[in-house]
Amino acid sequence: MRAARPAPPRLVAAVAVGGALGALARWWLGEAVPDGSGFPWTTFAINLAGSLLLALLPLLAAVRERQVLAVGLGPGLLGGFTTLSAWSEQSRALLHDGQAAVAAAYLFGTLVACLAAVALASRLATAGERAEFAVEGGDE
Amino acid sequence: MSGLLVALGAAVGASSRFLVATRLDRELPWGTLLVNVAGSFVLGVLTALSLSESATALLGVGFCGGFTTYSAFAVQAVERGPRVGTAYAALTLLLAPAACALGFWLG
Repeated sequence: MRAARPAPPRLVAAVAVGGALGALARWWLGEAVPDGSGFPWTTFAINLAGSLLLALLPLLAAVRERQVLAVGLGPGLLGGFTTLSAWSEQSRALLHDGQAAVAAAYLFGTLVACLAAVALASRLATAGERAEFAVEGGDE
Repeated sequence: MSGLLVALGAAVGASSRFLVATRLDRELPWGTLLVNVAGSFVLGVLTALSLSESATALLGVGFCGGFTTYSAFAVQAVERGPRVGTAYAALTLLLAPAACALGFWLG
């Protein structure tokens, strides 16, 4: 059980800055390699890479030691880089366009790939490292 | 110009998510679930409204994209263990796309 705790303004600011940079990277990738009308590979890759990197963040000592880095890079940069709303909307649009099989493959494919990547990456970080990261709010 | 709007929307979205998540996330991350479902609903509404390129950059790509998060969802689902993690993943999988479809329908 985790206790609710007020977030200090400097941490909220770090999340805002990280989130802006992460979203810019996502937007830029979407402009460079548009998702198109079929399987949204760009968003799939963004969510997979971002989930994997968030699971690997506790490995960095600097991130474990500095809370502002943990939240700036975790909920900030990687939270802003990845997107669940686009995943929902793209699945809806595919279904709406009569591409039910692609919609299902995308919906479940993203979920399974991201969970598998995180499960594998979590084996690299020790339980202690992950707990420290979670206490700092890095996984919010 | 669009880049600036994306960054601005995401700065507000990501910090709002952080405030909600740090307040409401418990053993089951209710805060992040709420954010992801609400953000999906809003994006559904916005898509139905067919907004201008600038408004889409600010509100869709920026705000909704920055507000919702797949990375925290995936990490939380794995780290909360099989029982809570599975319930959390199932709730997100059911509610977020449904909320988006509802938003699109209403929009």
